[in-house]
Amino acid sequence: MRRRLSLLAGVATLGLTLAACGGGADNTPSDSSNAKDATGKVGVFTWWADGSEKAGLDALVKVFGTDFPNVTFDNLAVAGGAGSQAKSVLAAQLKAGNPPDSFQAHAGAELQDYIDADQLEDLSSFYKDNDLTAQFPKDLVDRLTVDGKIYSVPSNIHRANVVWANVEVLKAANVDPTKPAADLDAWFADMDKIKATGKIPLAVAGSWTQVQLFENILLSSLGTDGYNGLWDGKTDWKGADVTKAITAYEKALTYTNTDRDSLSDWAPATQLVQDGAAAYNVMGDWAEAKFAQDGDKPGVDYVYFPTPGTAGTFDFLADSFTLPKGAPNPAGAKAWLTTIGSAEGQTAFNKVKGSIPANTTAKTDDFSEYQKSAIKDFGQDKIVSSLAHGAAVPVAWLNDLSTAVSKFGGDKNVDGLQTSAAEIAAKFAK
Amino acid sequence: MLKRVKHWGPGVLLLAPTMILVGIFVYWLIIENFRVSLTNQHTAKPSNKYVGFENYSNLLADPNFQHSLWNLLILTIVFLGGTLIFGFLWAWILEQPAKGEGFFRSVYLFPMSISFIASGVVWRWLLSSLQTTQPGGERTTGLNRLLDSVGLGALQNDWWSDPTWGIAAIAVPAIWQLSGYVMALFLAGFRGIPDELREAARIDGCTEWKLYRHVIFPQLSPVMLSAVIIIGHMSLKLFDLIRAIVPDANTYDVQVPATLMWVKYIGSDYADAAAIGTILLVLVALVVIPYLMYTSRAEKR
Repeated sequence: MRRRLSLLAGVATLGLTLAACGGGADNTPSDSSNAKDATGKVGVFTWWADGSEKAGLDALVKVFGTDFPNVTFDNLAVAGGAGSQAKSVLAAQLKAGNPPDSFQAHAGAELQDYIDADQLEDLSSFYKDNDLTAQFPKDLVDRLTVDGKIYSVPSNIHRANVVWANVEVLKAANVDPTKPAADLDAWFADMDKIKATGKIPLAVAGSWTQVQLFENILLSSLGTDGYNGLWDGKTDWKGADVTKAITAYEKALTYTNTDRDSLSDWAPATQLVQDGAAAYNVMGDWAEAKFAQDGDKPGVDYVYFPTPGTAGTFDFLADSFTLPKGAPNPAGAKAWLTTIGSAEGQTAFNKVKGSIPANTTAKTDDFSEYQKSAIKDFGQDKIVSSLAHGAAVPVAWLNDLSTAVSKFGGDKNVDGLQTSAAEIAAKFAK
Repeated sequence: MLKRVKHWGPGVLLLAPTMILVGIFVYWLIIENFRVSLTNQHTAKPSNKYVGFENYSNLLADPNFQHSLWNLLILTIVFLGGTLIFGFLWAWILEQPAKGEGFFRSVYLFPMSISFIASGVVWRWLLSSLQTTQPGGERTTGLNRLLDSVGLGALQNDWWSDPTWGIAAIAVPAIWQLSGYVMALFLAGFRGIPDELREAARIDGCTEWKLYRHVIFPQLSPVMLSAVIIIGHMSLKLFDLIRAIVPDANTYDVQVPATLMWVKYIGSDYADAAAIGTILLVLVALVVIPYLMYTSRAEKR
């Protein structure tokens, strides 16, 4: 009995100690810190826990080790759920005033939440000190700038409007793999031919990949300006051209695999194309890393092209790193950000991850064929922000719209989706 | 004075740690959750303006939330009905004097020892919506493949991907998992009825049906009530099984309040998430509190 009592008392004390540990954020300004005198440990929070992402992070850490031998890298990666798991862990840490030294976030509107919550340091002077503004493309810097301030350093750029296709399946249906369709109607006509051969014309997976497909069709149907206008209020969600786009999305869904909701992530959908069960998959260019990993040859086994109707537009998303307020080691964090922004760091990281460097001075001679073409496109195309990856709208908006798109997958109610999308936009647009 | 302290002191000391811990981690958090649900904390930006019950009225008027409540109703009815029918049936069969009772009792009870997450991963595969007649049908797996290979291909269906009845498919693994538990409850109920009562009824000329109707069933009703309460409140809180079966939390077809709460929370809409949490708590309380009152009254008697 007595033993149990003391055990209980022990548990109680432990509970109280834990509760006491929770509070107390360090709010000293960190602007004075300098990457050059950085020492100690720098904790970096990401959701790059396995696959090509982990390999990329390892490559980056290696460069960091040579750049700043006095600083130890502390990997705080949280696996699972394509970042959603990590984001809830991070939200809890930030709320408790216990931030990591630097954390990963999609560049663009997703950062807005953290900025609004006053959780990020302004990095404008860091950009000036390292002359980063000149090294990053202007389009990108514009998208990172909020009220004249920059809050993150982008590490890599991905493109979300790419179609990956299986050459054999296309040939069997008499569709020329070297001449992709010019617009959605021509593309649907190709899909009809593929459907006739008994294959799945278009592979798609669960909710977020459907949102990505929806975004691609909006972009193709409305054009760059119309698409951008959806997020800043210049395009009317209730307009006839949006109706047309949603109708096109409805048509696209009829070509997809019926078990789309049960595919756990993007990879099983891309796998259908690799296996020759499906012809096309609209997917961000991280799919390239999967094709390469599985030994598929571009042009022979698979081809890629911008989603029909979006050639000349680069639907971008970027990962970026931040300096949270109250970081325990701000100098170390700046050292980390210096490596992230540097040409060497970006080359090492992106070569492995399959994305393209945000820093235009990074060496890309030995990058893959796809990466080179993406770099070229990024330099000359119009840039738009991705919806599904938090670049175009804040998380709450994306969440509500995802629900509406998911609902549409079941009821196919064009009017319903359009009305709710308009309501959501009215709720969040400023 | 000291004497009185000696009288109740040890008891209080013994209870204090649990009371403090439960007080902080259950009741204080419930209050805090309720407080957040009254604010306009809809984004990550801190805001503590009180808006009264506006979040609640907005939620109840929101078609998405209504849809999740409707789904919850279907889920609860199917889940309850399924577990009660199977649980009773198995208990009734095992109650007949037969060999191997211990073996079958374990077989039926075992699914309960598996966590919803683990069984959910298997059921995701079993409940795959692809059908053999559809394009790419050669990849069909799970129950649809099974039905096709035993010649019942016509029974293949979308399972949880069906926009209206999908949620009922989620109840299938839940029934599979908890019928054994309900069986155990009923079995205990059957065993609690003295043989003398049955013998007396038989001597009085009861048919088997009348025996069950007038002697056994009335004595099983407290067990039945316990089963309804336990399964009912599990159904209201069901989250992990749905998360394990359905890859994306934001899948509309199978949205219930618990998963919607998660979606809102991930989207930094803390006020709405807290309001859904409070609504769930009230729903569960509506089921559990009358039961607690009933049992405490019964104990007093």
